[in-house]
Amino acid sequence: MSATLSRSGGPRVGLGNWIIILACGLFFLVPLIVTGIFSLWEGGHSYGVSSYVLLIHSSGFWRSLLLSLQLAIETILLSFVLLVPAMIFVHLKAPKLKPLFEFIATLPFVIPAIALIAGLSTLYTGPNWLIGTPNYLVIPYFFLALPYGYRSIDVGLNTLDVKTLTEAGQSLGAGWGRIIVLILLPNMTAALVGATLLTLTIVMGEFTFASVLLFKTFAVFINDTGQNAVTEAAALSLFSFVLTWIAMLGVIVAGKRQRTRIGAR
Amino acid sequence: MGARIGALIPWLFVGLFLAFVCAFLIAPTLVLVVQSVTGDNGFTLSYLAQLGDYQYRVAFENSVILSAASAVVGLIFGGLLAHAVLRPGAPGFLRSAVTSFSAVAANFAGVPLAFAFITTLGTLGFVTVALRSIGIDIYSHGFSLYSLTGLTITYAYFQIPLMLIVIIPALEGLRTTWREAADNLGATGGQYWRLVGLPVLFPSLLAAFLLLFGNAFSAFATPFALTDGNIALVPIDISNVLSGNVMSDPQVGAALSTGMIVVMIVVLAIYGLISRRAARWRR
Repeated sequence: MSATLSRSGGPRVGLGNWIIILACGLFFLVPLIVTGIFSLWEGGHSYGVSSYVLLIHSSGFWRSLLLSLQLAIETILLSFVLLVPAMIFVHLKAPKLKPLFEFIATLPFVIPAIALIAGLSTLYTGPNWLIGTPNYLVIPYFFLALPYGYRSIDVGLNTLDVKTLTEAGQSLGAGWGRIIVLILLPNMTAALVGATLLTLTIVMGEFTFASVLLFKTFAVFINDTGQNAVTEAAALSLFSFVLTWIAMLGVIVAGKRQRTRIGAR
Repeated sequence: MGARIGALIPWLFVGLFLAFVCAFLIAPTLVLVVQSVTGDNGFTLSYLAQLGDYQYRVAFENSVILSAASAVVGLIFGGLLAHAVLRPGAPGFLRSAVTSFSAVAANFAGVPLAFAFITTLGTLGFVTVALRSIGIDIYSHGFSLYSLTGLTITYAYFQIPLMLIVIIPALEGLRTTWREAADNLGATGGQYWRLVGLPVLFPSLLAAFLLLFGNAFSAFATPFALTDGNIALVPIDISNVLSGNVMSDPQVGAALSTGMIVVMIVVLAIYGLISRRAARWRR
């Protein structure tokens, strides 16, 4: 593709580039449109919303959706207790530990989900209060979300003058709890919102851990539905795409806010 | 006294995090590695040697082929698409639409993605049926969605967006002054890319390839939902051992997992080295 210059002097997009954009557009939109049409199919030439109505009235749908939502919230809370304070303290008191934290944050990429669950089920065969309920999934979910949460919070911490804020708080007599909850966290809302929404997206779509451990989360429910009710599975697939979209829009909006704030400083 | 406790709190939280990581991430992984080399009479390499058996060798080969093929597809189309939307003349809305859609699609993997493709390109999929009605039967020409080819096309749905996301910063790092300098010296677009653009981008492209490779290599939900677990890939084999679908020792599952982790370590270690090099041009 040559650098064609238009009369106004700026380079043009060019035919080749438009073909690429169009081809990719088709590849990405056709499966979504087709899934949308199929979810409305009622057999023969009849179309309607019956598969959606069936889903709304099915108890499995709500149970699995609420279970995944509950697990997502628990995973987010666990990250707030385990990850956020540890990262703030490393940032403040022990920058030497930062490479170790960076390393840990990449481990979930190195250890594939299916391998982690193989290891977890070999090592922990009890007690039942730990492994017997779906809440057990929060442990692998925490690691699944860790790289994304880490990255997001790290960016948030780097844009803040954590040291000054903390010293200001300490000189006014605030303890660690107050400094974190009242000073640091409100100043990194964009990063926390980003981390939270990413975690939500990951947990809502997670299939590997839940299917191996035989818990009926939302993704497992979609897979089970696909075995016998294909139009409903199409409706669920579209629904889960929309969920991902909403969460990602939130991440993008939060990220933009953060950028404008840095720009304003 | 209060101050001393206050000084301890940070270490308590750091320690808590590290303990959690050790207990639920490091320890399970080490247990797998140990299990894969432990037989009835202590240390043995026989389970790792079983990875060379036909069945497991095919699974590893398929996983590598699928990961490499889908990474190449992602690299080419993601790279070209990123280049196209970054052209100065491209409308601004197009760029933000493509990048935000990519953020969604890169995260849209697993069961819903598999069903979307079954609906589109499955044996009774819309596109398959539509093509058949105009006389093109893709399934009689050897295509199958449930094969490595079909999986590669499906994986492209998250690989292309991921490529786009990771390569845009590198493409933006190509300074317009380099392009202008090349143009002023009479270079054609092809010469610019061959002599300046691609050599500068090379480390970034290689790093992106490795990232995409690793992304596909560890994917489990998409191939499982697409083929109902009927395809020889390493993650599928591991899940078959775990769920007791096949008669094999748990050590074989551990050996397969260890093999996977080794591949991922190699891929991501090279990625780490190269991406440091790639960052050089971005200063």
